[in-house]
Amino acid sequence: MLFFFYHSLGNCTSFTSMVFVMTKLTEDKPGKQILLLGNEAITRGALEAGVDVATTYPGTPASEIADTFSTIAKEATRQNKDPGFYFQYSINEKVALEIAAAASFCGLRSLTCMKHVGLNVASDTFMTYMYVGCRGGHIIVSADDPYCHSSQNEQDNRYFALFGGAPMLEPATPQEAKEMTRIGFDISEKLSLPLLLRTTTRLNHVRGPITLHEMQRPRKKGYFKKDPLLVTVPATARVRHPVLLKQLEDAEKISEKSPFNEIISIGKPKDVGIVSSGVSFTYVKEMAEELNMNVKILKLGITHPIHHTMCEKFIKSCSSLVMVEELEPFIENQFKALAFDVSADVKIYGKSTGHFSRLYEYNPDIVAEAFSKIFKVKNPFPQPVPSTLKAPRRPPSLCPGCPHRATYYAVKKAAPKETIYPKDIGCYTLGKEPPLEMADVLLCMGSNAGMACGFSVATDQKIISFMGDSTFFHAGIPPIVNAVHHNHDVVITILDNRTTAMTGHQPHPGTPYDGMGRPAKLIKVEDVVKGCGVEHIEIVDPNQIKNTTAAFKRALEFKGPSVVVSKSPCILLEVQRKRKAKEEIQLYHINQEICKRCKTCIGRFGCPALYFAEDDSVRIDPSQCNGCGNCVQICPFGAISAEEHQ
Amino acid sequence: MKKKISIVLTGVGGQGVITAANILGKAAVKAKVGVFVSEIHGMAQRGGAVVCTVRMGDVSSPLLPSGTADVLLSTEPVEALRNICYVHKETKIITDINPIIPFTVAVSGDHYPKVEEIFKELSSHGELYAIDALNIARDAGAIITKNTVLLGALAASGVLPFKPEILLEEILEDIDEKYKVVNRKAFEGGMKAIKKK
Repeated sequence: MLFFFYHSLGNCTSFTSMVFVMTKLTEDKPGKQILLLGNEAITRGALEAGVDVATTYPGTPASEIADTFSTIAKEATRQNKDPGFYFQYSINEKVALEIAAAASFCGLRSLTCMKHVGLNVASDTFMTYMYVGCRGGHIIVSADDPYCHSSQNEQDNRYFALFGGAPMLEPATPQEAKEMTRIGFDISEKLSLPLLLRTTTRLNHVRGPITLHEMQRPRKKGYFKKDPLLVTVPATARVRHPVLLKQLEDAEKISEKSPFNEIISIGKPKDVGIVSSGVSFTYVKEMAEELNMNVKILKLGITHPIHHTMCEKFIKSCSSLVMVEELEPFIENQFKALAFDVSADVKIYGKSTGHFSRLYEYNPDIVAEAFSKIFKVKNPFPQPVPSTLKAPRRPPSLCPGCPHRATYYAVKKAAPKETIYPKDIGCYTLGKEPPLEMADVLLCMGSNAGMACGFSVATDQKIISFMGDSTFFHAGIPPIVNAVHHNHDVVITILDNRTTAMTGHQPHPGTPYDGMGRPAKLIKVEDVVKGCGVEHIEIVDPNQIKNTTAAFKRALEFKGPSVVVSKSPCILLEVQRKRKAKEEIQLYHINQEICKRCKTCIGRFGCPALYFAEDDSVRIDPSQCNGCGNCVQICPFGAISAEEHQ
Repeated sequence: MKKKISIVLTGVGGQGVITAANILGKAAVKAKVGVFVSEIHGMAQRGGAVVCTVRMGDVSSPLLPSGTADVLLSTEPVEALRNICYVHKETKIITDINPIIPFTVAVSGDHYPKVEEIFKELSSHGELYAIDALNIARDAGAIITKNTVLLGALAASGVLPFKPEILLEEILEDIDEKYKVVNRKAFEGGMKAIKKK
């Protein structure tokens, strides 16, 4: 064990004689322009700053930051070279933050990235980490998701900066994201405080030209110098809190001189001002130009702490101010307080005046419409003519051949109608759609099993909960221990497809390799479950639908907590594996003479590869079929069979 | 050159819409034209609708105002219809003619309009170029080059602020030698298809 630990740190502590791996993202060509995704730009910025340790738990829209580190590290492993950093897909965001914090305590530069709700998981660490501060620069990336493109809420994580006392940077473009990351390490070290780099989907997933800066080589071997002030017993915490407040005063001074805050003039501005940050700024700038406005825009790149004197000066120079920021009135409320403090004679427009919403993403239309109302100018953009035809909905769905569909189908056969299905975060949530409709409640990572325990106390209905394998390791183990200790009568299902599928197939503790492409200890879900004290464990292959139904029936009959581990690899990985191995993907067809059009395959199983042809016959689309063959098992008339090889 | 060029790319997850948008962005950087590309990933890989926007020239925002697209490029007819809000009378609507029926039609009773009706509707909003990109791609050697066919059509539409060769060069970069021939054919097929219209 000790050897393993030493080995795993080996590469991040022996930088002196390394040979760097060359990829497009690690090219040392200062001044060169390349197109990068906002997320890739953040990784590049960290590499330019010589980041030593990067950690994450995957989550959209943050995933590609870490995936880019992983790609470089894997390529290095393949070439038997050193990537120049240590990277880890940690078990969850809290552990990811702690690993990077420890590296920072040893003087190394570290980066931790996560989606916005990931910071909820890491918040316990985050809040007290600010009290003790960092040593090596540490950037914590929060990727917020206005409009909930791929999330369960649209919380505004800027309040975490305020809440915990972290200085915060908000980039508007990929280029700025790279620069803020690069320079952010210096700021973090100057202040001895971790920085929050707050991004939104429309920054993470926007590509833009990036001007490369030179690559800094990671610096040194880390060393942990003992410091009693790192031990946050109450007496220390009371000493550290005023230190944090002082550090934030210093942060404000940095904000004053920072090029990330700037005033941009459009037309011939007099006393009309706009304050904006993040990607909203790009809409503001373009729409102010399009509407031929005469305004000055205060673009805030450092949004916590805001520089009071600079902002007060701006407020005093304006008779009207428009606040444009997505989600909560984070800057708006601070500006209103400032305007009150300096008794400024200014009218502030924004969310409180109803010109902007606290909901969803902004876009150029929303900004142009608000400007035209506030300034009584014409909105130059045509009102779109709606279509007279209605387009059918096309939501995402479980893939053809997805093993989760087979599990759900088997469960529906086994469970009484009133059964409650608590769900969790992952692809399997897509089972919510008809015809499966297998989701009754979902809050957050790991919530399925905790809620299952609660339902067992509150109702006599049967309960079968579901979580994926990555979710199990992330937050699913404590509620299982809780279920065992309190003998809750629940069935907890772990959909074990050997990957973190939804976010792009990242490895987790159940895979035999890590994010750097090195061999790693594979931990079996069932071994952990057994260790938790679960007495009734069923291990099934969901593609054996009858056996799976029988297993769920036995689990339901068992009094007390039972766990079903439904094991089958993600079909996308399976197809990829078969293609690589040049194995054929078996296709299936429907014998139209036997088919009674009972619609079981479409109306109950719901595989998207099956469809009604124009003559109302049921067909299988060979371009969509992934060859799982489960439709053969569910057809009551035996009309579906494998196509014979030619 | 126009000051700002806005292209909306749409289609179904897994059809190479995001790849096509990325290639357009890279070609713009190569041609030293300002560019932003916006994409929504999330659940796109699971067969959902995908929209990307590409803005070139003197632009700050990755998103465009409604009714200001120069081109709406779609890999599927109904997805062009879904994004009709970006179109004005002079917008070139370039779409593949082959429907991909979403599962909501079979399962939830949604209706997929007749393709001719879709084309009629699209023509009433903008300048329609309906091409059989799927079959052009098949003839070129691989149906997965459908996005290349559509990029060829886009290049020949005269909207881009750089030569078609720059776009083709970007498509061919980083792919295996054997696919270069197929992609080149697909690209040229797309160019021809739009010129015929």
